Amino acid sequence: MTTPPPMSLLAELTHRCPLQCPYCSNPLRLDPRTSELDTATWRRVMDEAAAMGVLQVHFSGGEPMARPDLPDLVRHAQSVGLYSNLITSGVLLNPTSLAALADAGLDHIQLSFQDALPDPADRVANMAGAHAKKLEAARLIVAEGMPLTLNFVIHRQNAERVPAMLLLAEQLGARRVEIAHTQYYGWGLLNRDALLPDRDQLALTEQAVTEARTRLAGRMTIDFVTPDYYAEEPKPCMGGWGQRFLNISPTGRVLPCHAAESIPNVEFPSVADASLTDIWENAPLFTMFRGTDWMPEPCRSCPAQTLDWGGCRCQALALAGKADAADPVCHKAPDHGLVERAITTRPATPPAFRYRRYGNA
Amino acid sequence: MTGSLTPPPMTEDCVPRFARGTRLQYDRVRETWFIQAPERAFLADAIAVEVLQLVDGARALAVVIDTLAEKFDAPRTVITQDVLTLVNDLAARQVLVRA
Ligand code: SF4
Ligand code: SF4
Repeated sequence: MTTPPPMSLLAELTHRCPLQCPYCSNPLRLDPRTSELDTATWRRVMDEAAAMGVLQVHFSGGEPMARPDLPDLVRHAQSVGLYSNLITSGVLLNPTSLAALADAGLDHIQLSFQDALPDPADRVANMAGAHAKKLEAARLIVAEGMPLTLNFVIHRQNAERVPAMLLLAEQLGARRVEIAHTQYYGWGLLNRDALLPDRDQLALTEQAVTEARTRLAGRMTIDFVTPDYYAEEPKPCMGGWGQRFLNISPTGRVLPCHAAESIPNVEFPSVADASLTDIWENAPLFTMFRGTDWMPEPCRSCPAQTLDWGGCRCQALALAGKADAADPVCHKAPDHGLVERAITTRPATPPAFRYRRYGNA
Repeated sequence: MTGSLTPPPMTEDCVPRFARGTRLQYDRVRETWFIQAPERAFLADAIAVEVLQLVDGARALAVVIDTLAEKFDAPRTVITQDVLTLVNDLAARQVLVRA
């Protein structure tokens, strides 16, 4: 049986970033600039991705605008028929850099915000003036006519302002907005006590999203990502391991998801050593959790196994110490007590953030 | 744009176009058509493919309907229903806008 090809490629061009968000999805050990892939290699990777059936490329990081070759890469994506999306913090965006990207054929921008208010936003980013720069970036993008998605990461210290975030997205003229609760691995796990909301906070965010969806139907799309600690079942992480997504790290490691570098005892395939197709179909990192054969109980006999694929492997590893365990957020998982304990032992006052930067993990 | 109401449905005299950042694209690997949109790709069914290939920001929907009624030798009322349903569904998903 041949494996259907991936739909999307997340191209993490660099781990460098002027911001230091304590929930950053990058690994705790950040790749240094000196080991980043060069322009020619990224071009070749996109050629291979388009040929194997990838439809969209998401340029991400770190801050992808820290790479001066970004417009070249966007132009190349366009020339091979890949839909191009830029996932950016916006702090390096100005009229010149935006014009270069638009000219290169960039299709869409996803701009991240830390909050609806400047002070708490800059405190999360650990960068003075970041929020103001983002507002300016949003205005430039909308004025240019490029479709814009705003992304807000939600946690206990900003959850109450979800209605204000939705209003801000509407006022800025965003076409989409993502209200995405923090996911607790990597830096997010390290900062869990400072970030995990309580059940009431979660309910208020859900309510705000439901109301805004009715009000803004047909004008703004709202995507909501729940904090899976409060869910009954886990999320189908990445649409199933090795089924829809390819992630390439700044150094060229090919991964099923951005946290997969935490998986122990397996070789990480690299674009330097094999073709993307070969890696996708044959690399042990991709085949080890693809489908349902690897599953232990309770997943092995669970009717939900092809809906959520047993949840997130990296979360199982981070919490239960075993990448092949049922995701502990599942109520049927033997390690579910770990998630309940994280909720009940959450301190009343959030501790200080451990900021995301080189050498701070 | 802020404060504007959800636009009324498109009718035969409207001229649709693709919103910036959306397009119809043939996938040679899966041998099928997709609608590419911000951070998602929708599978386009046979009707969508026929209609969207005629969406160019210049043709009114009435012309699209006439063309398809002739091409498939089908009653105009049936085609009209299919086209308007599809176009308004895609407008609600911000894929198509008025030219
Ligand atoms: S989450 Fe924050 S620190 Fe991490 S890459 Fe994005 S903007 Fe930079
Ligand atoms: S037992 Fe496994 S497959 Fe079933 S819901 Fe839980 S994590 Fe998903």
